[in-house]
Amino acid sequence: MKSKKEAGMTLIVKTITRLTVGLILLYGIYIVLHGHISPGGGFAGGVIIALSFIHLMLAFGRETVLKKLSEAKASILESLGASMFLSVALLGFLGGYFFFNFFLHKGRPFDLFSAGIIPLCNIAISLEVGAGLFAIFAALVFFKGAGEKE
Amino acid sequence: MGLQLLLLFMISAAIVAIEVEDLLSSVIAVGAVGLGLSMAFLVLKAPDLAITQLVVEILCLIILIRATINKDLPLIRDGRWLFNTIATVLFIALFLILAYFALKDLPAFGQPIMRVAGEYIAQGLQKTGATNIVAAIILDFRGYDTLGEATILFTAVMGVLAVIRRVGRINEK
Repeated sequence: MKSKKEAGMTLIVKTITRLTVGLILLYGIYIVLHGHISPGGGFAGGVIIALSFIHLMLAFGRETVLKKLSEAKASILESLGASMFLSVALLGFLGGYFFFNFFLHKGRPFDLFSAGIIPLCNIAISLEVGAGLFAIFAALVFFKGAGEKE
Repeated sequence: MGLQLLLLFMISAAIVAIEVEDLLSSVIAVGAVGLGLSMAFLVLKAPDLAITQLVVEILCLIILIRATINKDLPLIRDGRWLFNTIATVLFIALFLILAYFALKDLPAFGQPIMRVAGEYIAQGLQKTGATNIVAAIILDFRGYDTLGEATILFTAVMGVLAVIRRVGRINEK
């Protein structure tokens, strides 16, 4: 029985969230950046980054997180990711044909700065997937239907 | 042997998801199917797919549980049970007969006919410089298909935001 309705969940959940959500975000960024060396890549890493923000939203309530990252900003980030991917592809036209890699070295195997345009494409895809899934979650899960009451 | 056990687990979890009456229990059974699929990807030596399947399954489970936790849908079981059962059995039999003729010509499991794929595996590291051969194929050799995939995701997000936001705005007035 609650006398006044507090946003989010109990104190235990909020404390554990404060400790773990930074680690989840860091793990997602690690999977994105090492996409050309170890398994993972842009799609899986983008979903993990979105999950860290969703974790914050589930534990602290919708309003607290939407003040920091509103739906409009998430939409802009997603469009930025998609257009970055497209511009990396179109830049290849300067060197030959679509997606041609002419401006970044192949490097040695297992280096972080190797494999041409693949790390750039991974970062672009992770921006798009992460921001898109966060926007869908923020709009859809807290949606009140036409006849429901609070 | 492990793969057959995992398939049996997934099929029984799917049957439980359809037949149980409580909505929350069937959502949890759907989550069990997703977990079995992720472990099957690991057994078949595809770690990229296993990671992506696991995190997308977690996301879908959160959304589904949040959507079903307060709802109590009535279960409708009306008449025409005999006709439905006979039609289902007939369609399953027809599908199995046609599938037998279609699947006879596929190569054996584990020995595919690979001509272009053999070229990718043999020269992937030397041509792209990436040690993860999956990333080299989806972002370098077949980057155009990944562009189509990114467009699909973008369109889906725009569609959901367009539909949801309009009704919400009318509600607030």
